Amino acid sequence: MKRDLAAELRRPSALSERAGKLVFSLCAAASLVTTGGIVAVLLHQTIGFLQAVPFTRLLTDTHWTPLFAEPRFGLWPLLCGTLLTTGIAMMVAIPCGVLAAIYLSELAGERQRRIVKPLVELLAGIPTLIYGYFALSLVTPALQQIIPGLSGFNALSAGSVMGLMLLPVVASLSEDALSAVPTGLREASHALGVRRTATIFRVVIPSASPGIAAAVLLAASRALGATMIVAIAAGQQPQLTLDPRDSVETMTTYIAQVSLGDIPTGTLEYRTIFAVGLCLFMMTLVLNVIAHRLRRRIHRQERP
Amino acid sequence: MSALESEIDPDATPEPKLQISHLDAYFNDRHVVRDITLSVPQRRVTAIIGPSGCGKSTFLRCLNRMHEHVPGARARGAVMLDGVDVYHPSINPARLRRHVGMVFQKPNPFPTMSIRDNVLAGHRLNGTHVDAPGELVERCLRQVALWDEVKDRLGRPGVSLSSGQQQRLCMARVLAVEPEVILLDEPSSALDPIATAHIEELIEELKERYTLVLVTHNLQQAARVSDYMAFFYLGNLVEFDRTDVIFTNPKESRTEDYLTGKFG
Ligand SMILES: Nc1ncnc2c1ncn2[C@@H]1O[C@H](COP(=O)(O)OP(=O)(O)O)[C@@H](O)[C@H]1O
Ligand SMILES: [Mg+2]
Repeated sequence: MKRDLAAELRRPSALSERAGKLVFSLCAAASLVTTGGIVAVLLHQTIGFLQAVPFTRLLTDTHWTPLFAEPRFGLWPLLCGTLLTTGIAMMVAIPCGVLAAIYLSELAGERQRRIVKPLVELLAGIPTLIYGYFALSLVTPALQQIIPGLSGFNALSAGSVMGLMLLPVVASLSEDALSAVPTGLREASHALGVRRTATIFRVVIPSASPGIAAAVLLAASRALGATMIVAIAAGQQPQLTLDPRDSVETMTTYIAQVSLGDIPTGTLEYRTIFAVGLCLFMMTLVLNVIAHRLRRRIHRQERP
Repeated sequence: MSALESEIDPDATPEPKLQISHLDAYFNDRHVVRDITLSVPQRRVTAIIGPSGCGKSTFLRCLNRMHEHVPGARARGAVMLDGVDVYHPSINPARLRRHVGMVFQKPNPFPTMSIRDNVLAGHRLNGTHVDAPGELVERCLRQVALWDEVKDRLGRPGVSLSSGQQQRLCMARVLAVEPEVILLDEPSSALDPIATAHIEELIEELKERYTLVLVTHNLQQAARVSDYMAFFYLGNLVEFDRTDVIFTNPKESRTEDYLTGKFG
């Protein structure tokens, strides 16, 4: 039988190829349009807000009470609340996540890995609502036994449970970074008579550090945006405090609180949520951009 | 007395540095090194040759106990270093490896370290004190003929060098911990001919002070640099003798077939 090479090599019909391309580019465009739309709305409403409330007032006032009869618009209480819960979360997520990653990538045998890894990943599948009630009804009472003066709603409990929630993010991205370190480096170190712990901490981890840093930044940006846990367990009281025992309100919980209320659209109160939203958006954007750069640098290193 | 004799008469059989007896190595149930008994002479180059997959690397990695780092790998038998069994339970494998250094097929300098820190890595990572680190760095880099090429950029990353230079840096890193035996697993197979020639010159020089075991699949290289040669086939040691004897007058027909290119 004669082989029809020309038919085998023929390009697909121009029409179906173009249709395919169109579908893909529409999908890509959808995400671009969404992001663009969000940014446009945020900017538009924020500009409206800033025309009524000058930027300096946001930075100089120390109270955030936009819904009061005499509204005050100091951003610091929300900023502090967000940074405080994020900071506490990272203090839990970084050490636990990195140690879990080291265990999984460097120490565990094949069998332990098969058991522990799904367990860690299970944490990522728990709904945030459940984390919130876990913090409120289990962690807070337990912490109150040890820490006097801990209020029923507090940043410490919400932040540390959020850290637990982010542990799998740090662990699995850091584990990827650790396992991407070539075996040859571990062997070179062992062959020089370097013990296992020194090899892990002084050869493997430094080589994986850009990837671990990216993992931490991505987790931090998730922590900034976390809403449910802090809404349930941290109290929703905008206070200018960095005391983890106090109750705080974060940017996200403020937005949730106001959008669930009956504030009429177009009012100044309504616009505050966009101003706060833009601020939050910029913070997470910066973290994501840095994390993205780090990850790109790693990919370049892998293929020099 | 024989040590003295070997200094005087280059043809006399030197003292054995490593005595391997009845060594078996496994990956899980796969028996890849089979009952090897062999003496590696002191301050000579012993080449291990044989077709790919015959267990050369595994054998070499049993000598400094790197083999046991692979999950599921184990070894049985005795490896005596100057009369001390390195597989004895009282032996710390990390300490052993400071006496029996290793150079790998693919150059693997530490990417987060400068050229200088790569040379000092063995000491730094082990926390051992170095009296004059600058002098040690210079001496080791001179030994591998890299000093003149890198002396102005010791602070640059080790991975910024060409792969031939990287491999010499890796050898300097091994020399810095002052081993007695150096194991080389196809150290030039990833390098171009000029870099290969550099490595071979270096091996010639090093054998005045160190005992070298060289795995290579390059027969010309084995002929050029080795004093003794072991031919491995399917995990077995087929023949071990002086290199000139193996090339001119092999006792086993399989050795002859391999050397003349009938298989492998
Ligand atoms: N990590 C490993 N796990 C399982 N089998 C291996 C491993 N490394 C090597 N082997 C097997 O052991 C045998 C010997 O390998 P090796 O010592 O690397 O041979 P050589 O260096 O002579 O090419 C080969 O058949 C190879 O497939
Ligand atoms: Mg090999």
